[in-house]
Amino acid sequence: MVKSKKMTALAAVVMAIFSLLAILPLILLFIASFTDNATALAEGYSYFPSKWSLEAYRYIAMEWQMVGRGYLNTIIVTVIGTGASLIITAMFGYGLTVRGLPFQKLIMGMVIISMLFNGGIVATYFVYTNLLHIKDTIWALLIPNYLMNAFNIILVCNYFRNSISEELLEAARIDGASEFRVFWKILLPLSVPILATIGIMTAIAYWNDWTNGLYYLSAKNGRPLYTIQLILNQINNDVNFLATNAAQMGLTIDTSSVPSTTVRMAIAAVGILPLLIAYPFFQKYFVKGISLGGVKG
Amino acid sequence: MTANKKKIRWSRYLPIYIMMLPGLLYLIINNFLPMFGMVIAFKDLNFRKGILGSDWAGFNNFKYLFATKDAWVMTRNTLGYNILFIILGIVFGVFCAIMLNEIQSKIGLKCAQTLILIPYLMSYVIVNYLVYAFLAPDTGLINNSILHGNGIAWYTEPKYWPFILTFVNVWKSIGFGTVLYYSNIIGISDEYYEAAALDGATKWQQIKTITLPLLKPTIITLFILNVGHIFNSDFGLFYQVTRNSGMLYSTTRTIDVYVYNALMNNNDYAMSSAASVYQSVVGCATLLVCNAIIRKVQPEDAMF
Repeated sequence: MVKSKKMTALAAVVMAIFSLLAILPLILLFIASFTDNATALAEGYSYFPSKWSLEAYRYIAMEWQMVGRGYLNTIIVTVIGTGASLIITAMFGYGLTVRGLPFQKLIMGMVIISMLFNGGIVATYFVYTNLLHIKDTIWALLIPNYLMNAFNIILVCNYFRNSISEELLEAARIDGASEFRVFWKILLPLSVPILATIGIMTAIAYWNDWTNGLYYLSAKNGRPLYTIQLILNQINNDVNFLATNAAQMGLTIDTSSVPSTTVRMAIAAVGILPLLIAYPFFQKYFVKGISLGGVKG
Repeated sequence: MTANKKKIRWSRYLPIYIMMLPGLLYLIINNFLPMFGMVIAFKDLNFRKGILGSDWAGFNNFKYLFATKDAWVMTRNTLGYNILFIILGIVFGVFCAIMLNEIQSKIGLKCAQTLILIPYLMSYVIVNYLVYAFLAPDTGLINNSILHGNGIAWYTEPKYWPFILTFVNVWKSIGFGTVLYYSNIIGISDEYYEAAALDGATKWQQIKTITLPLLKPTIITLFILNVGHIFNSDFGLFYQVTRNSGMLYSTTRTIDVYVYNALMNNNDYAMSSAASVYQSVVGCATLLVCNAIIRKVQPEDAMF
C-alpha cells in the first residue's frame, strides 16, 4: 500500500495510546500485588507505591494448596473439555459432510435451529440439575455450553468440504479402510489447521469460564471443584458479603477469613499469568479464530 | 439385489452414525431438552409435585413479571447498552483497523496487535479485579490518587455506570473488532491504492473511497448479526464488573442478570422462568428478522 508520512506518524501515536490503555489496568494489578499491604490500605493502589513488598506472594506460596488446587481443576477441565470438544465436533462434522448420508439434511436442520433458538437460562438450568443431576460434579464444568456449538460445526464442515479432497477419502475406502480409519488416519491429520484454531478458542473458553461454576457448583459442596476463576469469584463474594454486612449492621467482622487486599491482587495476577505467558505462542490461532468467527459468529 | 445393495449401504453408514452420536446426544441435551423445559414458565412450580406434575399457571407468571417495573428497566438496559456497544464497536474497530494498517514498522504492528487483544483474552472475573483496583471506595486508585479525599462510592451510585460499563466494554472488545476489520483490510488489493495515489488522492480520500466502501459488506453483516442478538447481554460485564451490586440495578441490571439473581439468589422460579422464556422468544424473533434482512442484502452471509 502507498504510505504517507503524516498518516504513518498519526497511526503510530494512536496505536501506541490504544496499546498502552489496553495493558495499563493489568500493570496496576501487578504493581498492587507487589505493594506493601499497609501502604495499599493507607494510600490506595498506585502505579508508584511508596513501599513495595513480596508478602502477598509469600502468603500464596505458603497457602499454595488453595491456588494449586484451583489450577489443577482448571487444567483438568481445560484439557478434557477441549479434547472432548474437538473429537465430538470433528466426528459430527465428518458425518455431515459424507456424501449421500441419509437424514443429513434433518441433522443439519437441528444444528441451525440450535443457532436460532434456545430454551433460555432457567430451562437449561433445570435440565442439567433436575434431569441430569450434574450439580456439584466435575460434569458441571465440562458439559454445559462449551462442548459443541453450531458455529464450530459449520467451520469444520466448511474445512472438510473445501480443503480436503473427496477422492483421497474415496481412495482409502476403496482400499478397504473403515470409516473410523478414514476419519482418524486421513481426515484428522489433514485438518490440523482448523482444529488448532477451534481448539485454542475452546481452550480459552474453558480456562476463563466461571459461569458454569456459578450456576452448577454450590459454595457448600462444589468447592473442591473450584477452578482458579471460581476461587477468584468466591473471594469477591466474601469481600462483598463482609462489606455489606459490616455496613448494614455496624458490626466489626473478623476479616481474617478473607485474604488481605494485596493478596487478592496477587491471586488475580497469578490467575492471569499462565494465559499471558502462553499467549504469544497461540496468538496466531487466536487471531485466526477471531477473523473466522466474527462474521459468522 | 436391491435388498443386498441396501444392506451394504447401511453397513457403510452405521459407523458414521456412531461417530455422530455423541454430538447428536449433546445437541439434544444442551439445546433441545431445554426447549421443552420452557414449560416451567407456564407452571406454578411445586417441587413436591415435580416439574411436570405442578399445576398449570397459564400466562400468569408473565403477567406478574410485566406488572413489575423491573421488566421494563431490564429490557431498556439490555437494548440500550447493546445498541451503544454495537455502534461503538464498529466505530472503534474500523478506526483502529485503519490505523493499524498504516503502521510501517513490522515490530510496531506486531506489538500493537498483540497488546490490543490482551483485554479480550481475559475473563470478566479478572476484569472485575482490574476495575476494582481503580474504583474501590477505600483503596481504589481514582478515589486516592485523583479525587484525594472527595472519593465517590462508585459501587453504590448508579448514575456513573452507563459510562463505566461502556468504557469497559470498548476497552475489552476493541481488539476483537480491530483484528476482525484488519483481516478484511489486508485483503484489499494494493492496486486500488496505487491507482488512487497516482491520481493524486490523499490518504484520507483513499480511506473514504476505497477502504470504507470495501469494508461495508462486513460492517453491515456484523451490524445485523449483532442486532439479532440484541436481547442477550454480556452477563460477565453486567454481573462481574458491577460486583452484582444491588444499588446499581437501575442502570446495570440486564435480562441475564435479572434471571440469574431471581433463579439462584431468590429462588423465584416464576419470575426467572418467565423472564428467561421472554428473552429466548423475543430474541429468536429478532434473530429471524435480522437473518431475513441479511438474506436480502448479503445472501452469502445469511445463516440459512
